[in-house]
Amino acid sequence: MAVKCLEIKGREVREKFKEIESFINTEHKLNDNQGMLMGVLHKTQEVFGYLPPEAMDMVSDRLGIPTAHIYGMASFYNYFTLKPRAKYQIFMCKGTACYVAGGGRVLEKLQETLGIGLGDMTPDHMFGLNITRCLGCCGLSPVMQINDDIYVRMGPEKVNAILDKYRKKETKKKKASR
Amino acid sequence: MSDKKMINLTIDGQKAAVPAGTTVMQAADGIGIHIPRLCFHPKLSTAGACRVCVVEIDGQKNFPVSCATAAAEGMNVKTNTPAIREARRDIVELILDNHPRDCQICEKNEDCDLQELANLFGIRDLRFDGERKRYSTDFSSPAIMRDPEKCILCGKCVRVCSEIQGVNALSYSHRGFKSTVVPAYNMGIKDSVCIACGQCTLFCPTGALMERDNTEEVFKNLADPEKFCAVQIAPAVRVAVGEGFGYAPGTDLTYEIVTALRMLGFKAVFDTQFSADLTIIEEGHELIDRIKNKGKLPMFTSCSPGWIKYCEHFHPEFLANLSTCKSPQQMMGALIKTYYSDKSGVPASKMYSVSVMPCTAKKFECSRDEMDSSGFRDVDVVLTTRELIRMIKQAGIKFNELKKGQFDDPLGESTGAAPIFGVTGGVMEAALRTAYEVITKKQLPAIELKAVRGLDGIREASVDVDGLQVNVAVVFSLSNVHKLLTEIKEGKRHYHFIEVMTCPGGCIGGGGQPYPQGITDPLDHTLYNMRGEGLYSIDEKKALRKSHENPLIAKIYKEFLKEPLGHMSHKLLHTHYHARCPEGIPTEVREKNVNV
Repeated sequence: MAVKCLEIKGREVREKFKEIESFINTEHKLNDNQGMLMGVLHKTQEVFGYLPPEAMDMVSDRLGIPTAHIYGMASFYNYFTLKPRAKYQIFMCKGTACYVAGGGRVLEKLQETLGIGLGDMTPDHMFGLNITRCLGCCGLSPVMQINDDIYVRMGPEKVNAILDKYRKKETKKKKASR
Repeated sequence: MSDKKMINLTIDGQKAAVPAGTTVMQAADGIGIHIPRLCFHPKLSTAGACRVCVVEIDGQKNFPVSCATAAAEGMNVKTNTPAIREARRDIVELILDNHPRDCQICEKNEDCDLQELANLFGIRDLRFDGERKRYSTDFSSPAIMRDPEKCILCGKCVRVCSEIQGVNALSYSHRGFKSTVVPAYNMGIKDSVCIACGQCTLFCPTGALMERDNTEEVFKNLADPEKFCAVQIAPAVRVAVGEGFGYAPGTDLTYEIVTALRMLGFKAVFDTQFSADLTIIEEGHELIDRIKNKGKLPMFTSCSPGWIKYCEHFHPEFLANLSTCKSPQQMMGALIKTYYSDKSGVPASKMYSVSVMPCTAKKFECSRDEMDSSGFRDVDVVLTTRELIRMIKQAGIKFNELKKGQFDDPLGESTGAAPIFGVTGGVMEAALRTAYEVITKKQLPAIELKAVRGLDGIREASVDVDGLQVNVAVVFSLSNVHKLLTEIKEGKRHYHFIEVMTCPGGCIGGGGQPYPQGITDPLDHTLYNMRGEGLYSIDEKKALRKSHENPLIAKIYKEFLKEPLGHMSHKLLHTHYHARCPEGIPTEVREKNVNV
């Protein structure tokens, strides 16, 4: 199940592939191929932001697991996404507690500021907006999650500052890579 | 088995003693109770996906599936209580609810396991009426079509593709209501790693996976007065067509088929067995040439198109080991539009060449770009055995009352070496009969080479040819092929010549053969033996049993081809292979989906 004809253009992609491969190499010491597949797909999504077919091909090649079965697993789990996704995924909680505490207003503010609807992504692939049901800390409602960061006791007035934080982070990264 | 611990259980009041590890389903089978089943197959892993085989076991709260429950000491199993009957009926009804209700216009009508179960359980009305899955049918491949709406997710195709063929073209994707069985990335079958062997079409209990139907196209051309329709039939077809008309598997109906083809309107009826003899001459000389001139060894046979595509996909490192001979079908096609066209005066441009094969991959093979060395398509269209049966029935031909017909000259005569092409080991046996005599100039001591016969997946033999030990192997099922190729690469096995057949049992178990009737399953050895015996008996009855003794072969070399491996042979009868990269993952899918 080799991917001999895969042309990996660009330094950035080659490096991402290397990162996944080195992850596979460390995992090899702990797990068999089938057993590590889930972890490797997690890593792949972390690196690419989604699961591109090329990356699944590469994983298939390295682990000796047929592509059809990898696609089967990738499409089974909600966590995995097969389409490019925004860099920062915003999840606003719309569970009962958060909603009662004013989560709805925060969501409105997010939609207004980003200019996108639910399930959409900003044109610069920076932010994606979704809702979630209960993050398990209702005492701190309304709760919002951006990638791995949790924001508690949210209000519409906090939205702009938080988004700016991520925007600045990206500008910094870009400058550094130049 | 005797040293295994015996388990005693009761099934429907009958006592049964079975070795430890036996499932409840097997135990019931052993005492004459057939528990209904859908996703279970004795030669595949157990999935427990369909739940149709549920039973009641004392002390267990739920109804366990009998295919995946091991018999235990003292177990009291009931397979036919009102509760179980109701549960099974509900299960089948729920499957039916999410299935198109178009039995009358479904090709699988009367061959459908789901339909049979619904009938068996006496389902006369459908009480559940919910949302039904909607998908479009995948017609991308010239060989196999896939209709996900008819799929009941039993997973037999996934398992046969993976466990028997080692191709892994299909897998479950998504989940719950959205579950489907698809190739990787939901691509069309054509672009996937599918090698078109069609084993999935034999296993599919419904009409979700079937061969592409070309019968209408053939009927249209038969009715066209401008067209001269020629047809050829493969060895394995003649011992299987009868299954569609109530004959036992293995019944030789060669000459009845010839009559039927003429009644359908074919102007010339040829025998692929003639070109099988020709293949032996060309392939035999190629082998001798490779051995003498230190060419690439081992040499692999190239008559099985599924194997060729598999090699191009998964083992391009062995492409140079493939015999360059075209398959008998393609050789015959090329000769019909050259040699026969010259002889008969019918221009090749007016010819429409049809072949009847036990195979779905032949549909792909005839569509390969390079198969046009005569200046026209070597073969225009391929029909499977199943399609021929349908055509004969549609045309109202009373097959059981037909008189015997004769093949047309000069491509209709064959020796006993040709029919056995259709059974695993047969090509090897035929090739050795000729190669031995060509090399040694001596008569073969025993004509039947029993060592290469049988239904073991990998068999080997060593033949003494004038002091040279020729090591040969015979293999079928691509999972076995993968094993063999790996061991060759590791240097564990050494051969001169290897016969590879894609399908279990060879062409007699081909993906285009009739669906097994009654309780015979695909992969059933009894069925293969019956069809195989049919072919061996055709061989036994022939006066000439070695390809090089065929007088028409001598004639075609004298008049047309000149010499084996000569210029004309190379142009018409040989071909080349290419690695298919990327491995079934189409560039357009790649370019579309990746922003890199």
